[in-house]
Amino acid sequence: MLLRHTPKEVIAREGLTINPAKTCQPIGAMYAALGIHGCLPHSHGSQGCCSYHRSTLTRHYKEPVMAATSSFTEGASVFGGQANLLAAIETIFSVYEPDIIAVHSTCLSETIGDDLQQITKKAKDDGKIPEGKYVIYASTPSFVGSHVTGYANMVTGIAEQFAQSTGEKKEQINIIAGWMEPSDMREIKKLSKELGVKIVLFPDTSDVLDAPQTGKHEFYPKGGTTVEELKSIGDSSSSLALGCISAEPAAIALDKKCKVPFETVDMPIGLSATDRFIMSLSKAAGVEVPDEITAERGRLIDVMTDMEQYFYGKKVALFGDPDQIIPLTEFLLDLNMKPIHIVSGTPGQRFEKRMKEILRRIPEANFKNGLNADMFLLHQWMKNEPVDLLIGNTYGKYIARDENVPFLRFGFPILDRIGHSYFPNIGYSGSLRLLEKILNAFMDRQDREALEEKFELVM
Amino acid sequence: MEANIHFPDPSKVREELTQRYPAKVAKKRTKSIIINDPETIPEVQANVRTVPGIITQRGCSYAGCKGVVLGPTRDIVNIVHGPIGCSFYAWLTRRNQTRPETPEHENYITYCFSTDMQEENVVFGGEKKLKQAIQEAYDLFHPKSIAIFSTCPVGLIGDDVHVASKEMREKFGDCNVFGFSCEGYRGVSQSAGHHIANNGVFKHMVGRNNTVKEGKFKLNLLGEYNIGGDAFEIERIFEKAGITLVASFSGNSTVGQLENAHTADLNVIMCHRSINYMGEMMETKYGIPWMKVNFVGAESTAKSLRKIAEYFGDEELKARVEEVIAEEMPKVKAVIDDIRPRTEGKTAMLFVGGSRAHHYQDLFTELGMTTVAAGYEFAHRDDYEGRHVLPSIKVDADSKNIEELKIVADPELYQPRKTEAELEALKEKGLEINGYEGMMKQMMKKSLVVDDVSHYESEKLIEIYKPDIFCAGIKEKYVVQKMGVPLKQLHSYDYGGPYTGFVGATNFYRDIDRMVNNPVWKLIKAPWETAGNGKGAELEASYVTQ
Ligand code: SF4
Ligand code: SF4
Repeated sequence: MLLRHTPKEVIAREGLTINPAKTCQPIGAMYAALGIHGCLPHSHGSQGCCSYHRSTLTRHYKEPVMAATSSFTEGASVFGGQANLLAAIETIFSVYEPDIIAVHSTCLSETIGDDLQQITKKAKDDGKIPEGKYVIYASTPSFVGSHVTGYANMVTGIAEQFAQSTGEKKEQINIIAGWMEPSDMREIKKLSKELGVKIVLFPDTSDVLDAPQTGKHEFYPKGGTTVEELKSIGDSSSSLALGCISAEPAAIALDKKCKVPFETVDMPIGLSATDRFIMSLSKAAGVEVPDEITAERGRLIDVMTDMEQYFYGKKVALFGDPDQIIPLTEFLLDLNMKPIHIVSGTPGQRFEKRMKEILRRIPEANFKNGLNADMFLLHQWMKNEPVDLLIGNTYGKYIARDENVPFLRFGFPILDRIGHSYFPNIGYSGSLRLLEKILNAFMDRQDREALEEKFELVM
Repeated sequence: MEANIHFPDPSKVREELTQRYPAKVAKKRTKSIIINDPETIPEVQANVRTVPGIITQRGCSYAGCKGVVLGPTRDIVNIVHGPIGCSFYAWLTRRNQTRPETPEHENYITYCFSTDMQEENVVFGGEKKLKQAIQEAYDLFHPKSIAIFSTCPVGLIGDDVHVASKEMREKFGDCNVFGFSCEGYRGVSQSAGHHIANNGVFKHMVGRNNTVKEGKFKLNLLGEYNIGGDAFEIERIFEKAGITLVASFSGNSTVGQLENAHTADLNVIMCHRSINYMGEMMETKYGIPWMKVNFVGAESTAKSLRKIAEYFGDEELKARVEEVIAEEMPKVKAVIDDIRPRTEGKTAMLFVGGSRAHHYQDLFTELGMTTVAAGYEFAHRDDYEGRHVLPSIKVDADSKNIEELKIVADPELYQPRKTEAELEALKEKGLEINGYEGMMKQMMKKSLVVDDVSHYESEKLIEIYKPDIFCAGIKEKYVVQKMGVPLKQLHSYDYGGPYTGFVGATNFYRDIDRMVNNPVWKLIKAPWETAGNGKGAELEASYVTQ
């Protein structure tokens, strides 16, 4: 057994987190910044954090992930990191020539009390930021929130620090991407195009973290939302935020600054959430939903009806990030499955409230988020009430193997498979892919474990 | 040895590598970019701060302490005191394999423990939460040992992990709890953490159990972390040769082994950078000499085995070692004879770690490949130039605050395994007893040595030298490959290995052959990009509908 010390009996813990279902804010900020064209993320702290964040993102994407660090040593930790950040800005602009440096703080610089706003202002006043270039920032200490809120903070920083209102409204809608894969962002653009809606999607990591092999390393790949586009978001007619934790804060900030009304919908994972996304976007833009999208939806529903017997009553345990877990749980219910154990390390009452609503039909379901809502607890729950499927990031494979449960990789990070950056999990076709994977997990198991006389040709 | 490879003019290379930097940065970096001469080894600036803003390979002291040295021991509960990230990223990512004695034996390597420090802990102190976490770990698992690792905020807010550990240790009585002040800002890289880890393991673990294990030739293997199963292969060879492994620091190790390590008669050191402190301290306190070895490369393995036999000076052991070599080598030779014609004459670059950039050159030599440039990520001058430079290394502000333990001979347990005269005689025979000659002595004249290479410098080096393979880590992997050059990860081995010993050597030969000769590198350009003027294939025929 790989997790041989996990006992069945659950004892409440307050001090010790074991096998976390979250990580720290800066990695989210780094990921968000990579979705801006020509941007170099910068980690203001010791170099260890930056190295870890780059490594994890690299393992997840199998792509270059460039980011710089203030390389604090003990001196900087005592006297403050201003000198390090100013020196870093100068070096970065001369060596790596980005259009934008997106600085995020770390636990260390936050504990010291470095003020990023003040330091970036000083860099500007000292002439360290070349004409036409930008330094933006977000505060992301990890003793608050999780990687998801770190993402949200950087997206908010991007919105606040770039948006301008010229007084002239533009016929375009902002779509603020919650934490999703480049493939998902590409799918959002595709769906919007099919709907005939002009959008500005930010951040946008497609063509950044799924860049083609050309024999040349593009330090700043082709993708990412451009500065021009980001400046224009203040003039957009409205914003659609995809996810209440990772995207909504940016929409609120933009509304405050430039009076852009917004609506928050779930990330379009699964049938119902995609329905709401399409409805909201078509309503906001005043367009009719084209037949092609209706047909796409029809294909998803078709498979749901054709294969319904395989989903019915199947118990599921899942862990991950709230903006994904919420619509995914709803999708599992649409499939007539039973999500019974759910954890997310990301704190926040929204999760609990939404889960309560969604899980009304399953009163026995366990769910917990925030402190000590970790994979150790999830595993213990599974030992008490076994499931037919486990959904979560790569770390779930240790539980899946010990408990002999089919496992669907979903979320962040996925370190041992490819696909997530290329094939979407959102929209109707993305949901169809999810459904196919769930089905395969069940059927592969049946094929592997069925008695010889019960082995089926047609399923 | 002069290379039959054409080296570009090294001084021009240096200029090109640094010209984009601001003047002060260029001046600093120039001292770390050195043209090698194995006869009169030049000085390399190493173990100094990375310039802020430079994209570096380096990590932090915590990574060196928890991740590298303590991580591989399976039966310690390692609790990371700090916010969640630090612990999360060090969770299973280093591929330290381990093999518990039975399915019931302890193994916590698959677990990640953290105090998940929150804002109120930063403001009001986190010691209470830490003690609570230690108590919960004890109640849940009853482990032999619990180690506490401090991350950046911990030192700043003044939490004392040592006091908390002591209190809990005394409270439990049957669980050894100890702490490490390995905050990420200490020192300039992982290296500081290695030193801190060595100190802690020496202070809190080594010497706790005096039972003397059976065996005639007893040694400890230091600085081998069992990535990809490296230690398993070395264990296999030792067993075959009749050499008893008392403790491994720390691949596939247990608390019990480490506590018993002082009963061995020799320490052999693989990764000098991360563990030389331990070798020295054990020599001073217990009288156990240490010797540099290298089990990376088939020839190097054979050589290291012979050195061990020479150290023990036993004819039977010498004969047994020769038998093992004679048995293993033909298998290696069969593989290399097949592969070498396809790798001969190719070039490699290695920028990695604190010893691997040296060790792996032996494997490339066996493949007939030349190392045109190499450097470490976090090593010191002695790893480049040899330990004789130690007295001349200036201790700067960043190194000064890393504790140097004052060690004296143990009044009861100190027992010199060899006399001074015996040690001298062994050194005469070429054994690196209490010594290490470093990387540069082995490298070609005019090859390039770069310490703490930056991203920018790596890209330039690839442009200039066009190596057939580049060795580094995960952060560099896909950058270099996007340039059309295969990158071999020498931290994680690209999830392969083992690469040590005889079996490992053949694994490596095959992997390198596969990588440098993979047809995929020739498929990168689409046919329409290479056809004609490169702007698209010219139409050769037209199709007209009627
Ligand atoms: S110190 Fe904070 S920011 Fe850095 S890795 Fe740890 S949790 Fe993340
Ligand atoms: S630098 Fe500090 S905060 Fe960052 S990973 Fe290392 S110990 Fe953690």
